[in-house]
Amino acid sequence: MKPIIEFKDFSFQYFSQKNPTLKNINLTINQGEKVLICGLSGSGKSTLGNCINGLIPFVYEGEVSGQCIIDGKDQSKMSVPELSKIVGTVLQDSDGQFVGLTVGEDIAFAMENDCVDVKSMHDRVLDISKKICIEDLLEKVPGELSGGQKQRVSLAGVMVDDVKILLFDEPLANLDPATGKNTIELIDEISKETGATIVIIEHRIEDVLHRHVDRVILFEDGEIKADTTPDKLLASNILIESGIREPLYISACKFADVSVKEENFPSDINKFTLNGLEKENIKVWVKENAPSQKEKGEVVLKLDNLNFSYDGLKPNVKDVSFEVYKGEMLAIVGKNGAGKSTISKLLSGFLKLDSGNIYLNGKGIGGDTIFERGQKIGLVLQNSNQMICNTMIFDEVAYGLKNMKVPETEIKERVEEVLKVCGLYPFRNWPISALSYGQRKRVTIASIIVMKPDIIILDEPTAGQDFRHYTEIMNFLKSLNKLGQTIIMITHDMHLMLEYCDRCVTILDGEKIFDGSCAEVLVNDDIVEKANLKKTSLYMLAEMVDEDPIALTESYINAERRNRNEG
Amino acid sequence: MKKSLFSTKTIVATSLGAALFLVLFMFVKIPSPVPETNIQIAYGISAFFGALFGPICGGLIAFVGHALNDLVAYGSAWWSWIIASGVAGIFAGFAYFKLDLEKGQKPGASFFVWNLVGHAVAWLLVAPVLDIVMYGEPVNLVFVQGVTAFLINGITAAIVGGILAVAYASTRTTKGSLDKE
Amino acid sequence: MKVKLFSYNQLDTFVHRLSGVTKLICFLLLTSAVMFTYDLRVIVCVFLFSLVMVKVAQISLKQVKPMLIYVSIFLLLNFILTFIFAPGHGPELYGSRHELFSFFGNYIVTKEQLLYQFTKIMKYLSAIPLGFIFFLTTNPSEFASSLNNIKVPYKACTSLSLTLRYFPDIQKDFNDVSFAQQARGLDNSEKAPMKDRIINTTKIIIPLIFSTLDRVELITNAMDLRGYAKKPKRTWYSFRALNKEDYLSIAVSAVIFAISLFMRFVVVKSMYYNPFI
Repeated sequence: MKPIIEFKDFSFQYFSQKNPTLKNINLTINQGEKVLICGLSGSGKSTLGNCINGLIPFVYEGEVSGQCIIDGKDQSKMSVPELSKIVGTVLQDSDGQFVGLTVGEDIAFAMENDCVDVKSMHDRVLDISKKICIEDLLEKVPGELSGGQKQRVSLAGVMVDDVKILLFDEPLANLDPATGKNTIELIDEISKETGATIVIIEHRIEDVLHRHVDRVILFEDGEIKADTTPDKLLASNILIESGIREPLYISACKFADVSVKEENFPSDINKFTLNGLEKENIKVWVKENAPSQKEKGEVVLKLDNLNFSYDGLKPNVKDVSFEVYKGEMLAIVGKNGAGKSTISKLLSGFLKLDSGNIYLNGKGIGGDTIFERGQKIGLVLQNSNQMICNTMIFDEVAYGLKNMKVPETEIKERVEEVLKVCGLYPFRNWPISALSYGQRKRVTIASIIVMKPDIIILDEPTAGQDFRHYTEIMNFLKSLNKLGQTIIMITHDMHLMLEYCDRCVTILDGEKIFDGSCAEVLVNDDIVEKANLKKTSLYMLAEMVDEDPIALTESYINAERRNRNEG
Repeated sequence: MKKSLFSTKTIVATSLGAALFLVLFMFVKIPSPVPETNIQIAYGISAFFGALFGPICGGLIAFVGHALNDLVAYGSAWWSWIIASGVAGIFAGFAYFKLDLEKGQKPGASFFVWNLVGHAVAWLLVAPVLDIVMYGEPVNLVFVQGVTAFLINGITAAIVGGILAVAYASTRTTKGSLDKE
Repeated sequence: MKVKLFSYNQLDTFVHRLSGVTKLICFLLLTSAVMFTYDLRVIVCVFLFSLVMVKVAQISLKQVKPMLIYVSIFLLLNFILTFIFAPGHGPELYGSRHELFSFFGNYIVTKEQLLYQFTKIMKYLSAIPLGFIFFLTTNPSEFASSLNNIKVPYKACTSLSLTLRYFPDIQKDFNDVSFAQQARGLDNSEKAPMKDRIINTTKIIIPLIFSTLDRVELITNAMDLRGYAKKPKRTWYSFRALNKEDYLSIAVSAVIFAISLFMRFVVVKSMYYNPFI
């Protein structure tokens, strides 16, 4: 085997950082290998990716020591364009990567820069697009494409160069579960077909392991903590120690005190084996952990036959009715573009209903202004930067109250109280620019709950966050929920929904197709397929041990929540 | 090290700046004390991007943004005023050579002077002269319009651009200052 | 609130088939033909010609109604202001004076003034159908490539194409940000005083600037990683070479432009054609 990527005693420190982000890395990746690189945000995994494609040191300034050799050549003596012929990078944000006005143009972008003639470009684009099944989309503009399709376009755009290495930076972050699964399958097919070396940077291990990978490299604090096969890694406890989520079926086994052994193929649920005794242990554990029935609170919000259409022709929300109970945490799920965000915009008054009624505590709230509605139903956007408009934390949180003409003394009192709840009190006089991503998210949530809304709606609160930050944000939300705050979450993260939400409403093409417990929806084949969700691996585990999947899932959630509260 | 005036980043910033200019030009119109004249917050955008990426960027943002706005809103282009907008943007961009916003330097007198000078040249010289040459507008009408446009746009660009530049500069960090906590 | 730039729809008309750059050149030639003259005869001819082309391009009144309203308001205002500021501008330009009637004592209406103001309106009006044709029938992708073909630097062309590409995204950002602020009580309605509106608007722009700069960084990387600007030129996927129809259209526009110049410099020998003497 010939090495294609080699790091030798490699260190890197960003210009603005006090400490190096990569410390003394020694790593070899061979030609044709398929490697998963995981780690928390800030662990150095993305920085390593930027070294492979040359953004470091050619775009991001910093101090480099040691050597990085790509395809036999010293990387520091090459250039970004030269490296782009060897390494194709698919970025996390496929909207940012989509620079063409149409699909065809975007795929051709690298060739345009190479001054390839028009005829050859069209041939090549057609050729590549057939390979990844987007040949019917060539005339489309980005606004007409789904997230998964955009990602395929990005992939086609780097594959036109016959690159030897394909580098994927968090390919699953913005996709719904089923699309994510397709992406992993597509990557696997390309790897087999082209023999290219594949490097996937991702913290969602379970989703990547849907198809075989040769090696997993785990980063922690700028160093390589593990470099081993997936089976070995899952048999150990290294992932949990590093704050990375293990696959659900592995955690379930570990909860049930069933030891996970390397020789049982734990990395592939289809090959994974358990003996009779182990199966029995899991069944016992399921019984012991069955949750007690939770009582529903009173109805706080009632949606009655909501209808809405952007263009007056095609309905975007169709006859949607459901109720939200006081103090619950409700998930709204469905594939990208199903109408989830539209519903949240209708609830928060940004969009006006075509027909139907919204009742809050039994009263119709159709006639509210946006601001009046905002004080009752607060919406927290996915991108915190879009919400923050003041430079200081205190001002940002006080902003809504000032506009409500609340007296100064009361503002101070209420803001400080909320800052304490949100764990931001020590920072109250800090500039927001000094905060981390998770802290900013909390500022935006604080700036909403300070107005004491009956309900808050969060749009993808944890998108793109690693397990540790995800847990941090979700635990915070759960603690708010325990104080009686009703929360609605729009998400396509199945873990989030399973572990934190009491109930889930599933939307498909603007219509409600399911309303019930989260464990139930994920065992319903029909709904799962229609709404682009994904069966969890707990379902497969349940089949393996011959247990009811709903019962196993519910016990798992229960055990997981208890575990979290103790931990 | 400052980015070159033709780097990829400057090109992308110009494109997105122009799109942003256009969005604000179309949707944010604040009536001024002078009847039928709007305060165009968008000139703050060309002032800010100009200071951050240079005169070519500032000029193109205002030129392209204004031209596209005219095409969409009126179905045609008022070249005299579009060119004047571009000129104001170019001048605003001269602040770039003395000011290092990326390193956290706050905008000083030169930023405001360049903006006012730019808008003076644009609305007191370029726009009226072009109006007369291209459209044969009466002299005193175009100069009255020019003075109004200069006062309103120049002050808007300096204030809004200044606020944006200060906000941006205050988020920039210096070498080795970020530490993990 | 959603505006589409280049609400271009793919029809198969003569005008649609022309290359973007052809349309731009024709647009510039024809608008210049009316821009540099005050000869009503020339202007009316160009106006009629452009109306015929609108018909050929199958542009419907519905598509352009809002713009027509804007333009009418602008022209009306310009008409009134011109008269108030310069009631004697017409006679001055034409070098003759035929008084019609007067009102408010000082304001004397002359034939020359009416001719001047009417001609000016026609000048503006005749450019409008041309603008409609240009931006309702031009394919934006092909347009950027054809600009490069007439020696506009390719970086400027890329920049224009990126502006068109990201305009909808930034418009969406703007709507989201503005909504998030309104939900927390930012008053951006017409009721708020001017000073508040400026400050409030700046509050919307700051988050917008930061999210735009993030995007700039991301797109720059994406482009660098695909070898942007590594060579002094580039080719265009959507490029289409000019054909006979293109050359014909450019030739016709050039002839019209030449006639306009001929009328001005040879026949009338002045920018202002005066039928009253």
